[in-house]
Amino acid sequence: MAWLSDNAFLLGLATLDGLSSAAAIFMVAVGLNLVFGVLRVLNVAHGSLYAIGAYSAASLGLFAAARGLPAWASLPLLVVAAALVGLVLGPPIERLLRRTQDQEPVLQLLVTFALFMILEDAQKLIWGVRPVVSDAPVKLMGTVDVPIGGDVIPFNAYQLFLLPGVALLTLAALVYGLRRTLFGRMLVAVTTDREAARALGIDAARITLVTFTIGAALAALGGALASPTTSLVPGIGAQTIVLSFAVVATAGLGQVEGAALTSLLIGLGRSFAVYLEPELEVVVPYLIMVAVLLVRPQGMFGVLETRRI
Amino acid sequence: MSGARTLAAGLAAALLVVALAWAVPWLRFVLTVATAKGIAVLGILLLLRAGQVSFGHAMYLAIAAYTAAFLAPRIPDAALLLPVAVGLSAAVGLVVGLFVMRYRDIFFGMLNLALSMVFYSLLEKLYSITHGTDGIRLPPLTFAGATLSVEAQSWAVLLSALVLALVAGAAVRVYWSSPLGEALAGIKTREQRLDFLGVPPRLVLLAAYVISAALAGIGGFILAMATRQVTPALAYWTTSGELVFIAVLGGAGSVFGAFLGAAAYELTRVYAAAFVADAWQMILGSVLLLVILFAPGGIWGIGQRLLGRRAAGPGAAATAGEGGP
Amino acid sequence: MSTSAHRGSLTRRSALGALGAGGLAIAAGPGIAQGARPAELKVGIATYLSGPASVFGVPARQTAEMLFEELNAAGGIGGVKARPIFVDEGPGVDHFVGEYRRLVQSEKVDLLFSAISSASCIACAPLADELKKPTILWDCGTQRIFEDGKYDYAVRSQANATPEILAALLYLLKAKPDFKTIAVINQDYAWGRDSWEIFRTGLETLKPGVRVVAELFPRFGASDFSTEVTRLLATRPDVVLSTSWGGDLDTLIRQAADRKLFDRSTFVLPLAESSLERVGKALPPGHIVGARGDHWFLHPAPQDPARLKTFVDGYRKRFGTYPIYSCHHMAQAVSCMKAGYEKALAAKGGAWPNDAELAAAFRGLTFPSPTSSVTIRPDGQGLENQLIGTSKHVDAYPFAVLDEMVVFPAEPITTPIGQKSTDWLKTLKPDMVSSMPKAMPYRA
Repeated sequence: MAWLSDNAFLLGLATLDGLSSAAAIFMVAVGLNLVFGVLRVLNVAHGSLYAIGAYSAASLGLFAAARGLPAWASLPLLVVAAALVGLVLGPPIERLLRRTQDQEPVLQLLVTFALFMILEDAQKLIWGVRPVVSDAPVKLMGTVDVPIGGDVIPFNAYQLFLLPGVALLTLAALVYGLRRTLFGRMLVAVTTDREAARALGIDAARITLVTFTIGAALAALGGALASPTTSLVPGIGAQTIVLSFAVVATAGLGQVEGAALTSLLIGLGRSFAVYLEPELEVVVPYLIMVAVLLVRPQGMFGVLETRRI
Repeated sequence: MSGARTLAAGLAAALLVVALAWAVPWLRFVLTVATAKGIAVLGILLLLRAGQVSFGHAMYLAIAAYTAAFLAPRIPDAALLLPVAVGLSAAVGLVVGLFVMRYRDIFFGMLNLALSMVFYSLLEKLYSITHGTDGIRLPPLTFAGATLSVEAQSWAVLLSALVLALVAGAAVRVYWSSPLGEALAGIKTREQRLDFLGVPPRLVLLAAYVISAALAGIGGFILAMATRQVTPALAYWTTSGELVFIAVLGGAGSVFGAFLGAAAYELTRVYAAAFVADAWQMILGSVLLLVILFAPGGIWGIGQRLLGRRAAGPGAAATAGEGGP
Repeated sequence: MSTSAHRGSLTRRSALGALGAGGLAIAAGPGIAQGARPAELKVGIATYLSGPASVFGVPARQTAEMLFEELNAAGGIGGVKARPIFVDEGPGVDHFVGEYRRLVQSEKVDLLFSAISSASCIACAPLADELKKPTILWDCGTQRIFEDGKYDYAVRSQANATPEILAALLYLLKAKPDFKTIAVINQDYAWGRDSWEIFRTGLETLKPGVRVVAELFPRFGASDFSTEVTRLLATRPDVVLSTSWGGDLDTLIRQAADRKLFDRSTFVLPLAESSLERVGKALPPGHIVGARGDHWFLHPAPQDPARLKTFVDGYRKRFGTYPIYSCHHMAQAVSCMKAGYEKALAAKGGAWPNDAELAAAFRGLTFPSPTSSVTIRPDGQGLENQLIGTSKHVDAYPFAVLDEMVVFPAEPITTPIGQKSTDWLKTLKPDMVSSMPKAMPYRA
């Protein structure tokens, strides 16, 4: 207890960082989770979409700045870049996956693995290897001084407010969209039982296409939102994808709320680890995943599938 | 193919590898690596037969390789070190297997991935023991007591790899046609029927899992002897992905596919790296994509289709064209 | 972009030709007779073309392309033109070992430059002896190679982690002698761990009693250090050490600058020279910056100012940025190769040296670098001076430049032959700090 009161301030700080990093994790993982729900394939190329979204947002931001666009424009441009990447790359990748949808799941997964390898080099050919930076949004929003324990700690307003804000909005929009709109209900129907949904006259192919495109745009948005806070280098996609996998499996497949809760656990877990036992930070997501799956083999929010005989 | 014919074909393939390695010295190393990975891929094939994909088998590769690196100063003979290293891989496979047997499909794959990533992190984190990313260097080993020159040693590694590959390939074929192996395919299609028949599916899968861990261990041990430097990269998720990649590239239905796939993979990688050092990943990815889209049976499937066509005449081509497992 | 694509296709074509020739050479049996001049000098160069370390690898390849062209335009080496063949270290050690063999046995290279990653160097130094192929270790950091092993065919044309980190420590002890607390934030891989071990051992010997308040090793390639920055802001160490590089370091510098961590702690950044131009004025004045050698385009006292200017201007004109330390390291390797061949040729009265003679020629060789010169010790380790400075903002450059520069002569800060760094660092004497060379100010 004495330890807790001594370290309460530090843990308060860790919570702030944890929330912001949870928001970043959620933005990447939720798209993957959505796509898994309808296509039943873990999209390895999701990591590439993240990276391309990040690079595109940075390029667009730099281009706008060079053209003399006002600084506030850099924020909406992040969303524009993500939407563009989703629309341009989403549909062709979905078509490719549909070509293999009647084959073994492992083949579909490898299609995305192959795409990942191709896109990894494509990024390098387009953006080179020199770290790319466009931090106008972070600069624009400035810092916020958080008074804590007689000290004042400056935080980036972008990371403290904007990232969690966008994540909450996305969560709310997805939950509303899935529960309350016709499209959302059709999507849930396709997710639950594709054949039955088709029999009811739902255009499953179109639902899948739209969902995949949304998922791709969300991946790109995750990258675009992360881009102002970091330097973009080759290989960022590979590192993102494993983390998203861990979130998806822990959450339960296709579960949006589960993805949110898992991201929160992982974000907080990692930032607490930095204060308490930094060496554990890297393995936190996997430990959480193993712990959750031990108790609930179908994931936190997953539903046990009935075995088809 | 009948047993005897398959064995003859395997021997012929091994002889071809030896001839190639003799004619083109630098290929000796590449072919050794390909054979090693081929053995590990056999383990992936076992699990694929049950419809399960492990994205973490690189862990067993790395366990054996690191065991070899740590124990080589004390047990300097390959013949003694091999069973220890592979035994440890299999033992860890048993412990992990008891846990992951409860899971199927994506959860099975992801749990394996998670555990291998934890292991990978440990290799990096325990820097004072493992030297992190610098890795550990293996001293030269003796072979059944004989100390060999550098040149002879690289031959010894290749030849032992080929012998192990033949033994492992034959063993996997025997296993496949045994009741345990047949039951494995049952897990993929109708797991509950196994239960009704009184065959516990978990035990069936566990046996396959332990064997696959041991096979990955053999591959890892040979890799360690060939590169003589083991690094955590052996356990990274992309290495696991590579093994699955090779399984599909070669053709998931056949023992030969594993080795064909491994050879094709390594050669493509080496040549792609030589021609376009900048974009070798793109080339490998494109090859994989083309194989999946146009020849889902893998290289072995293509070969079979060609053979089938010749044997049965043009009329049979259409039906043989189905290919694939 | 278009120029590099063009160059890519050239390399591709020549690689095609080379493979064809390699195939023929296999059929024709053993190659050229000893002593005869080869038609071409083939140099295998291992560098990072993919992954995060390509921020060093690609500029180094560009440097090599530029310098090989210059070398050939000036008549080559002993009249023989040299051609680089690049291989990617990115896929990892097991692939690299195969590539090394391919270069030696199939491409029949005469010489190799290898590598950026310490793991690649540790793997290829014994391979050099095994295949009896002269190999210049051109950029890797680990001090273990010549401390733990003895190699006849491998030499190193640069320093190693020990002098690189020790120089930064000595500079800190002189510039800020009364600090009481320190924190470290290094990348979690061999270099990050090794460099901290060296720094800490030296610090405990030269200034015992400094408290280490945080040891942070974020994942290699991490894209966000917010939590780490918060923790450092809250703990307020006097000094923050980071030997990170590339995108990781750029991000750390930016996030620390945004959140005013630079106001609370003095940073020691032994590799920051390679990030200066990219991070612009985000790096505030007053922090300690190193360059893994005496590599700085505004070196205050270059041995041959014209040579440095030609190098810097040539690189900048062609590639649009100032050369970073990996470019300098590549330049040293090219210079080492040229000087080594010339020495071996002279020793044989102009006849072409064989592999063993070339390898032997590198021992004890002194060759010019863009800023000064490097000498290779009998054990194969290079003696390279170290430049450390303090960041300063000036109007002439859109990024921080170095002020108060100290150029450490190589010998006193390099572990002596036959000793291990961790043992030697425990024997350092405080007069090392007082006998440091005088600092030189920034001059436009």
